[in-house]
Amino acid sequence: MRLTCPFCGPRDRREFHYYGAADYLNRPGPEAAASAWDDYLHNRDNPAGVTQDLWYHEQGCAAWLKVTRNTVTHEILAVDAVAGGAA
Amino acid sequence: MPDLIAKPALGHAPLTLAGTTLTEEPQARITAIAPFPGQTDAVARALGMAFPAPGQVVESGGRSLVWAGRDIAFLIGDAPTVALAASVTDQSDAWVTLALRGPQAVAALARLVSLDLRRVQAGQCFRTGLNHMPLVLIVEDADRFRLMTFRSMAQTAWHEVQDALEKVAARAALTA
Ligand SMILES: [Zn+2]
Repeated sequence: MRLTCPFCGPRDRREFHYYGAADYLNRPGPEAAASAWDDYLHNRDNPAGVTQDLWYHEQGCAAWLKVTRNTVTHEILAVDAVAGGAA
Repeated sequence: MPDLIAKPALGHAPLTLAGTTLTEEPQARITAIAPFPGQTDAVARALGMAFPAPGQVVESGGRSLVWAGRDIAFLIGDAPTVALAASVTDQSDAWVTLALRGPQAVAALARLVSLDLRRVQAGQCFRTGLNHMPLVLIVEDADRFRLMTFRSMAQTAWHEVQDALEKVAARAALTA
């Protein structure tokens, strides 16, 4: 498996650290209801198809990346940098 | 300030196998420069050097500015003398620099680095791994490379490259 880092180009999977669902980008405000925090922290979809998750280019440029991929075909559809608002 | 004696990480003599030489490079001044948000152009102007795009090395006046990650570059050579709108840290003691130069350099690195180095050019650099160690790989030429890794891993890095070089040399001897 390879991810094409927007900074470094195509790189082997072992250079990356997997963090979790891209839901972590949408942090509720401090006054949000408990149910919003429950969703943010615990509740995840488990799609057969397109999903988005966060990867860290640990052995590369140290950028956080949002990866859009297909869990059925294993196709990588997009890799976007989180910082700078591209993701 | 006490007068400290600079010591090399290894002090090894150069090793040549299959016409390819592994050396420990003299310790250089390494200054990490991470521009504050939106300040990259101002930092470049103050330094009198372009700030490198990802994977690039900018050379000027005997100094190189090596892209080292997202929004960070290493100035190798004399430290900056002007204030910069950036986080600036002296990392000279944190790194060891090895060099691998010769016709089997790419073949040896192919055993350690998960990149295709067969079509690289001077002025490129890569932030990647040397097996499990962090690596800043600087391309001097198609078969000449500088390898920066953490100084605490110098012995392991040397061992790994030597091992790869020995195997490449053994194969070259069989097929010669
Ligand atoms: Zn990267």
